[in-house]
Amino acid sequence: MNLKWEDLSVGTQLPEREYGPLTITDFVRYQGASGDFNPIHHDDAFAKSAGFPEPFSVGMLQAGILGSYVTDLFGAENVRRFSVQFREQVWAGDRLICTGEVVAIRDGADAGKGERSIDLKLNVARVGGGSAIKGEATFVVA
Amino acid sequence: MIDKDAIGSTDDGYVMQVELGKIREFARATQSANPAYLETANPVIPPTFLTTQQFWSTPGSGVFSKIKMDRRRLLHGAQEYIFHGPPPSAGTTLSVQTRIDDIYEKEGRRGGTMTFVVSVTEFRDADGVLVAEARSTAIETGRAPEKDAS
Repeated sequence: MNLKWEDLSVGTQLPEREYGPLTITDFVRYQGASGDFNPIHHDDAFAKSAGFPEPFSVGMLQAGILGSYVTDLFGAENVRRFSVQFREQVWAGDRLICTGEVVAIRDGADAGKGERSIDLKLNVARVGGGSAIKGEATFVVA
Repeated sequence: MIDKDAIGSTDDGYVMQVELGKIREFARATQSANPAYLETANPVIPPTFLTTQQFWSTPGSGVFSKIKMDRRRLLHGAQEYIFHGPPPSAGTTLSVQTRIDDIYEKEGRRGGTMTFVVSVTEFRDADGVLVAEARSTAIETGRAPEKDAS
């Protein structure tokens, strides 16, 4: 379901998509896949000892979900840059809404490689909360 | 306190194999159902997959072992991946090296003094060509922020 070049221009809004509600199991599954075993994301006593009310999600989990969102739209092999800034923490029970907008578009003539590409501004919002992630990405577009 | 003398230091480098099963596992854990990851024999990696580099470093040899950040006050501030072409695919062998690019402090609004540690990791293929780069910003807060603080 890759978006097509003809459908894209600066200001094009990407179709939004909801993920979750996230569970502690989702956190643990991501920790196993990624190798980040910080107990603050699954060990209640450890999280409390650090001053948090409960374990919270791995930032890179919601970053990875945003990566899944945008590669579904533009193709796994086409990503050239993917960047995230972490904002609000994500907690068990949170539902996440991924959105994005085209902010730049290059037809390839100026890049010298003949590759058409786009820059995206991305966001992961917590339903009922604020932004969990502000992201940017660059994709080549066939 | 985090020692600013660590700026510019690198780890010894190590080799990372990009594995098919790990790509499938990572794609599922990040809630992707994309057949490009889950059904092809030779998938490229998901955009944030290179975070799994930590499975390949020699224990204790990582550049962060020189810095000693407190996990109870550790936040991930930002993360960037750059690919110089299509992302690496299953079966690729990557040479990985990380350096500490910068360490600086800021006064936080609610967390006391925050220390920022920026690291850059380079991934090279068997021919030594730079195929991907990662830039990570870790933050050690003065104290844990509260869940409902805004």
